[in-house]
Amino acid sequence: MDAEYKRRLLTDADAAITELGMGGQEGQSMRVIENTPKMHNVVVCTLCSCYPWSVLGLPPVWYKSTAYRARAVIDPRAVLREFGLEVTDDVQVRVWDSTAELRYLVLPERPPGTEHLSESELAALVTRDSMIGTRKVNSPGSSSGPRGKS
Amino acid sequence: MNGVHDVGGMQDMGPIHIETNEPVFHARWEGRVYALNRALGAWRKWNLDNSRWTQEMLPPAEYFTMSYYERWYHRMLKQLVESKLLTRAEIETGKPAKGSSKLTPALRAEEVTATFTKARFEGRSRAGAPPRFTAGQRVRARNIHPPGHTRLPRYARGHVGTIEADQGVFALPDTNAAFQGENPQHVYSVRFEARELWGEQARPQDVVYIDMWDSYLDPA
Repeated sequence: MDAEYKRRLLTDADAAITELGMGGQEGQSMRVIENTPKMHNVVVCTLCSCYPWSVLGLPPVWYKSTAYRARAVIDPRAVLREFGLEVTDDVQVRVWDSTAELRYLVLPERPPGTEHLSESELAALVTRDSMIGTRKVNSPGSSSGPRGKS
Repeated sequence: MNGVHDVGGMQDMGPIHIETNEPVFHARWEGRVYALNRALGAWRKWNLDNSRWTQEMLPPAEYFTMSYYERWYHRMLKQLVESKLLTRAEIETGKPAKGSSKLTPALRAEEVTATFTKARFEGRSRAGAPPRFTAGQRVRARNIHPPGHTRLPRYARGHVGTIEADQGVFALPDTNAAFQGENPQHVYSVRFEARELWGEQARPQDVVYIDMWDSYLDPA
């Protein structure tokens, strides 16, 4: 949609997010990581529940649960399956354990069949979970897997 | 500290309970605890690392049965007593002890925004110890088991990874948590092959990135 903004978001997330008037506590040092057809990123905090509050709001209970924190690093594919996301073997899973003050945001893949959509229509498809990396952004009208309101 | 909080890689934790239409707070007291945490933080009697450490020292059996905001609540009580803002007796009775000092608010309404926005924070380009590693370098996470606070998770210790990126300079939690200085130093994203961490059961193509302070690492 805006290739230049995407470049800024991926190379200097702090500045790009500030442009939108966001940022603040638990989101001072942001890093945005991009999903591609061959790479799926998912974020966890195994030591507590670090999460980019200032961008995504307060985290859901499942993100703070021992089950998610314990399992996401050792068996991410099984965890993603519980969210209805089956990651095939030709895709690399990258788990980001937020052990320091960096806060991660996943840039989800644009779903197929959305070429004609406007920025606001696209934005309406993006969910919180897709920016944590536990789900994909679905094409409009599709319902693959359980969908939590987010 | 090889504490109860360091759960990465633990098994038999059951399914992940995904709630639909989840509210921000599940009870009014949770919101109050959240607000209390922000208001108390403004006194600057402790720091975030100290908060994490204090919470990690909750009795292990209780840690697992407490909810997120219950942990916050019990952690704050401990910090309030340890920093001498309150006594246990005052918490029990809900009344200030005779002669208890009164403090003016640390945080006024008009200061809230400035206190909790970016401008407050020093940022990652601050001065610190020179970096010992650069992107692409092979490193081994140190096999250390400090009795105090650390952000080096157990599951990574002793394992070899590759520096993916230098993320800038941050206070070292290990000393900062104990009020022994910030020791600012570089933090790196370190990439570990999933098989290096978990052996054959992991997919060969999968990876785990862990953020690590300079002093957590040795050249490999």
